Amino acid sequence: MALNLLKAITIPVPKATPAYPLRWRSRLYGIAGLALLLGVVIVIASAVGSTQIPISSIWGVLLSRLPFIDITPAWLPTTETIIIDIRLPRVLLAGVVGAALAVAGATYQGLFRNPLADPYLIGVAQGAALGAVVGFLLPWSVVGFALIPVLAFIGALLAVAVVYSIARVGKTLPVTTLILAGVALGAFLASITSYLMIISGDKLHGIISWLMGRFSLGNWEQVWMVMPYIVIGVVVIWLYARPLNVMQLDEEQAQQLGINVERVKLILLVAATLITAAAVCFVGTIGFVGIIVPHAVRLVWGPDHRFLLPLTTLAGASLLILADTAARTVLAPTEIPVGVITAFFGAPFFLYLLRQRKRAIF
Amino acid sequence: MFSLRVCGVTLGYGDRIVLRDIDLEVKPGEMVGIIGPNGCGKSTLIRGITRLITPRSGQIFINGQNIAKMSRGDLARVIAVVPQNPVLPELFTAFEVVLMGRTPHLSRFGYEGERDLAITQRAMEVTQTIAFAQRRVGELSGGEKQRLTIARALAQQPEVILLDEPTAHLDINHQLETLDLIRELCLEQGLVAVSATHDLNLAAQYCDRLVMLSRERIYCQGTPRQVINPDNIKQVYGAEVYVYPHPVNRLPATLIVSGRNRPDHHKLD
Repeated sequence: MALNLLKAITIPVPKATPAYPLRWRSRLYGIAGLALLLGVVIVIASAVGSTQIPISSIWGVLLSRLPFIDITPAWLPTTETIIIDIRLPRVLLAGVVGAALAVAGATYQGLFRNPLADPYLIGVAQGAALGAVVGFLLPWSVVGFALIPVLAFIGALLAVAVVYSIARVGKTLPVTTLILAGVALGAFLASITSYLMIISGDKLHGIISWLMGRFSLGNWEQVWMVMPYIVIGVVVIWLYARPLNVMQLDEEQAQQLGINVERVKLILLVAATLITAAAVCFVGTIGFVGIIVPHAVRLVWGPDHRFLLPLTTLAGASLLILADTAARTVLAPTEIPVGVITAFFGAPFFLYLLRQRKRAIF
Repeated sequence: MFSLRVCGVTLGYGDRIVLRDIDLEVKPGEMVGIIGPNGCGKSTLIRGITRLITPRSGQIFINGQNIAKMSRGDLARVIAVVPQNPVLPELFTAFEVVLMGRTPHLSRFGYEGERDLAITQRAMEVTQTIAFAQRRVGELSGGEKQRLTIARALAQQPEVILLDEPTAHLDINHQLETLDLIRELCLEQGLVAVSATHDLNLAAQYCDRLVMLSRERIYCQGTPRQVINPDNIKQVYGAEVYVYPHPVNRLPATLIVSGRNRPDHHKLD
C-alpha cells in the first residue's frame, strides 16, 4: 500500500521560490569570489620574487600557453623561463597541497564530529615523517632521487592502515577508538623518528626542513605526480558532501535516515588519507592549514559540507600560495619554512574571526 | 495484513540478552504504546526494528518484507525514528536538519529539489516548528529540538514511525499537540506508530493498544483498560498507584500519591 503521508504537501507544490532558501546564493557567490581570488593570487605569486616581473607579462605568458591564442612575446625569454619553469610549478604545487590539506582537515572534522581534528590526527604525519627520515638516512646512490617522497607516501598510508585495523571492531569503526589508536601509534612512530634524527648527523638540517615543510624544490614533475591523487580524492570527497552532512547527526540517526554509515566512513577516510599523503610526500608536513581553513570557512559560510568543501578547497589553495610567496620573499634570499608563515599570519586572522563570532563555531 | 510484524525476536548487546522471544503485530493505522520500567528494553526494541542491532533470533517484517533483506535506504523510506536524546549539529539551521529527513528519497549524489523543500516546510508547519526554521539548532530548547526530530521523521514520509519517549521534553500543550498530530496521521493516512513511553496517562489516552515489557519479555498486551491496572503496575514497576476511569472518556487514569501521604506510611526512625 503506497501511502501518501502529509498528502496536502504533494498536491499544490509551490511554484515560487521556497520560503526557506538554503542561503545558496550567498554561498555560490562565495565560491565564485574565492575562485577569482585564487586566480589573482596565482598571478601575483608568479610576479613576486627576486626578479620582479610585471603582471602584464605574467598574463601574456600564461595566455600564450593556451591553445588557439597567438600573442607576440613582449617579454624576454628568461622571463618566460622564470615564470614557466620556476615560479609556476612552485605556485601550483603550493596551491594543490593547500587545497588537499584543507579539504582533508574539513573531512576529518566532519567524519569525527570533532573540531580539533586535522589531517594528521590518525597518524598520517608521523608515518610520512618516519618514511622521509628513513629515506634521508639511506645512502642516496642506492635507489635514486625520488626515494624520500615515495617512502613518505608509503609511511603515511601504512600508518593509517595500521591504525584502522587496530580500531576496527567487527564490521564497525568506532570513531573514538580510531582517534585514540591514531594518537598512540603517532606517538610511537614519532619516538622512532626522533631517535633517527639524533643519529642522523649532518643530514639533520635537511630532515628538519622537510618536517617544517618547504616548496623550494617544487617542479613540474612533482605537480604532475601529486595532482591525480589529489584531484580524484577531492572530487570523491565533494561527492559525499551530503552524506557527510547527515552524519553530523549521530551515526544511529544517519543510519536510520538510510545512510550506509560504515561505507561512507571508509570511503571518506581512504580519500582524505590519500590526498594528505600525496600532499605531504614532497613538501613535508605543513601544519595549520588543515585545521584553520575549514573553521574559517565554516564561520563565514556555515556548516553545509556541499559548500564548505569547495570553499575550503579554494581557500586552502590561496592561503598556502600566499604563505609560500611570503616564505620565499620576506627574508630573501633566505627561505622561511612555510609552516612558520601559515601559523604566524593565519593564527591571528583566525583569532580575529573567533572574536567576531560569539556563537558556537562547530 | 499487518504493517509491522515482529516474530520471536531476541535482542541483546554482547553477552547480555535484553529482550527474549518478542512477538508483536501492528495493523495499518494503529498506534501502539510500549511501556515498562527503565532498562526493560523499549529503546532496544526500536533499535532492533530499524536494524541498528541484529536480532539473535527471529525475524521482523514491514509490509510483509523481511527487513534483514532490505537496504538501509529502502528501510528508511518506510520507517522513521524519533530518537530519545538525538545529537543535532548545532551550526545547522532547524530547516536544514528537517530537510535531512528527505535523505532516503534522494538519489545517492542528488540534491533536494523544490518538492523536498515544500515537504520539509509542510512537516515544519504541522509540527509548529516553522517559527524557528531559520534559527540554528544550538540556540533551540530541548522541547524545540524534540519537535524538530518529529518534523524530520514526518518529512521522511514513512509508513511506520517509531517514537522513543517523544514527549519527554515537551510541555503539556506540546505533548497534546504532538500526540494529536500522530494520532490523526494514523487515523487518516494509515500511519503505524509505535511509541515507547513512561507516561502511562498519555499512553492510555492515545494508544489503541499497549505492550507492557518486563524482565526480557512481554508481560501483557491489550487495550489500555486491560493493561493498566494497579496489579500489573505493582508487578512490573513495583510502584503503588491508583487507577480510576477518566471522568471524560472512562480510559484508565493512573494517579500517584507521595510516600508520606500513603495510608501505610511509616516514619523513618
